[in-house]
Amino acid sequence: MNRRPNRLIARRREIAVALSILFLSAALAILRPSYFSLENLNDLLLANMPVLITAIGMTLVVLTGEIDISVGSTFAVCSVAAGVFAKLGLSIVWVAVATCAVGTAIGAVNGALVAYVRVPSIVITLAMMVALRDGLRWITQGAWIQDLPTGFQWFGMTQTAYPIVAISSLLALQIVISWGMQHLSAGRAVYATGSNQDAARLAGINTAVVKLTVFVVAGALTGWASVLNAVRFSQIPSNAGIGLEMKVIAAVVVGGAAIRGGRGTFTGTLLGVILLGIIGPALTFLGVSAYWERALQGGIILAAVAFDAIGRHRSAFTASSSLSVAS
Amino acid sequence: MQALESVSFDLGAGEVHALVGENGAGKSTLIRIIAGAEVADAGTLTIGGVTAGRLDPHTARTLGIATIYQQPALFPDLTVAENIALALESGHAWRRIDWPRRRQRACDLVERLGASLDPDRLAGTLSMPEQQIVEIAKALGADAKILIMDEPTASLSDREVTRLFGIIDVLRRQGAGIIYISHRLEEVFEIADRITVLRDGESVATLRIDREGRSGVATAVVTQTQPRVLKKGDENELIRLMVGRELAAVFPKRPVQPGEVVLELRQFSNREAGVRDVSLTLRKGEILGLAGLVGSGRTELAETLFGLRPASGGTIEIRGVPVHIESPERAIGAGIGYVPEDRRRHGVVPELSVAANTTLASLRAVSRSGFIDRRREHESAAQYVRDFRIRTPSVTAEVGSLSGGNQQKVALARWLSTKPSILVLDEPTQGVDVGAKAEIHGLMQNLVEQGLSIIMISSELHEILGMSDRIAVMRGGTIAGTLARDEATPDGIMALALGHAANSPAVHP
Repeated sequence: MNRRPNRLIARRREIAVALSILFLSAALAILRPSYFSLENLNDLLLANMPVLITAIGMTLVVLTGEIDISVGSTFAVCSVAAGVFAKLGLSIVWVAVATCAVGTAIGAVNGALVAYVRVPSIVITLAMMVALRDGLRWITQGAWIQDLPTGFQWFGMTQTAYPIVAISSLLALQIVISWGMQHLSAGRAVYATGSNQDAARLAGINTAVVKLTVFVVAGALTGWASVLNAVRFSQIPSNAGIGLEMKVIAAVVVGGAAIRGGRGTFTGTLLGVILLGIIGPALTFLGVSAYWERALQGGIILAAVAFDAIGRHRSAFTASSSLSVAS
Repeated sequence: MQALESVSFDLGAGEVHALVGENGAGKSTLIRIIAGAEVADAGTLTIGGVTAGRLDPHTARTLGIATIYQQPALFPDLTVAENIALALESGHAWRRIDWPRRRQRACDLVERLGASLDPDRLAGTLSMPEQQIVEIAKALGADAKILIMDEPTASLSDREVTRLFGIIDVLRRQGAGIIYISHRLEEVFEIADRITVLRDGESVATLRIDREGRSGVATAVVTQTQPRVLKKGDENELIRLMVGRELAAVFPKRPVQPGEVVLELRQFSNREAGVRDVSLTLRKGEILGLAGLVGSGRTELAETLFGLRPASGGTIEIRGVPVHIESPERAIGAGIGYVPEDRRRHGVVPELSVAANTTLASLRAVSRSGFIDRRREHESAAQYVRDFRIRTPSVTAEVGSLSGGNQQKVALARWLSTKPSILVLDEPTQGVDVGAKAEIHGLMQNLVEQGLSIIMISSELHEILGMSDRIAVMRGGTIAGTLARDEATPDGIMALALGHAANSPAVHP
């Protein structure tokens, strides 16, 4: 009986997703070489950066065993807020800071209700999702924000400089958070809270603070994501981020994070975002109707969750049979 | 693990047959087998002269077996009539419900028990004895011929107990056989026709109580060994039967010279959790055994001491300094470690590695300004893995993949790495195999020799007697008595736990 948690086995999900990405890319390279035009790749990157940033926040929340389905609405509110701040004449840096603050505030409300009022996060964030979305619709009356000041788009950078700056800062975030979650006590507290909340509390971890914090960070990151998205266009739609929560949760789950908490990596989330990010456009390039994209996303989530469930049954079996043999 | 060795038990119609034994003697397993919740791997079960094959809960019910658990399991948002109907009615999902009949039947059944209840009351609004009446009514309505009552009086007042006994009498006269489990021996003498004593999964004796002499002198006869006669009120003989055995295992305990008092509790209480007026002292280098029946408040005491539940009164002094502990963080800061009873639920974090589990409560010791020093963490964990002989492929293996005994050692390592001066161990060897058990006992001995003090909660008399320097026995949420190592006997502990101090026989109502 092999119960060695071998490094490759522990990373099997990441490997599986990485292989899928390679396979899909190889297929596209052969069938539709134009997919790999610089222009298309640039578009893909810019469109998926906000998804990745939001997904990093979502991963934190999911690691503690909670979920935040209000990220799409938070994203919309933050986008509009960014436009309003820009039109008020704030410099682009302050626009970014203020927008993140809006996201932080929304995350704090979610987090406080989950951590201290102990309402299930799916209920809280569902209510938040609907309230924000419809509140925004009512306030804006569906109007888009236009006539943004010059210097807003691309952060005032050239259209070639911006992607390089944005991507390097994103890579930095990805690396810092992956490393931090493994090497900081705070990261350990997040994993412990999600894996076994009672044991974490017994070990002196304030699990309520942990939960509040992950929601706050998720809110702030969603705000930041909305800024990166808003600067790509010359106007800001009031219905941004519809379905974003679906895409983000899909990426996190596909990346191998356990929805019940305690297990998951940020590398996995990155790979999940990449896989889901290239599938949609790939369909278009392959001549499949874009309407299939969401259906395919749903299918991938189901496959990932089923894969997890099967793996868990098997490991539960080996764990129980090892009880009698070992020690 | 084998819970039942060889049990012979029979029950006649119109008889109350009591089942007694200490924690873990196999009472629950036996009734679970009779109720079809578990399957015996050897032996036969005969009901009404017919040998029952594989029993499942449904077959057991159709054979007329009903179980009434200590905690009634009713649907709180449904009425009395609906609760009874759910247990009795069958049929397809779209049938019409005959409400008047439902109500009438509920009234009839409750009346047969000599009680009265409004059939339209919600079960959630019923008192504990009223809920029990509903449970019994369900059994009665199902024409149960065999009723199993698992500690039915545990949460009843004396008056309510008298009423319940009245109901049991009614049932007995209607020809039902009743298996009655209780830790209250005086009740057993009062209600039972026969008593079977279970010990270590075996039925060691069946005693018959002479119903005629109930008011005066009851005689009990040991049927399996040579006949014996017991006087009523002589529960001590029963206790001796329950615990009577040699200390089989060898414990590594060596006597220590206890040092200064490290922990003193005075009038320590937690009203909500049922802990009241606990006063005890713990000395340096001492193992204080905390004995008592399941439900006597031992775990609740430990949890309150560790700040998991708020104390409602009393003081804690650590080395003579009064401290307030309102969170586990404070408890850890005060030098207390707590290894809880339910390892899977509270002890280890299954998805984290052995190393991460070991350092979870003492991350500061292996980190520099918030950054975990992985090398130091792994070294520290590897040290514990060596010292405790934790069987794991590596310190990076997930704890969830280890065996129970090894998980327990990891939990122990976590608390030792906080460098505590007081360690509270709740059932430290429950569910671990013999080898790991001996190793954990050896570890405990090493720790106290290094000057640690241990409070060990255990339901195993063996372990309590073998490992403790002093033994505090809890009953009803408070300390019923404290015994020194050399004056403690199994009988003495059981007598305190059951409330029958050997020299002060209990008074009967």
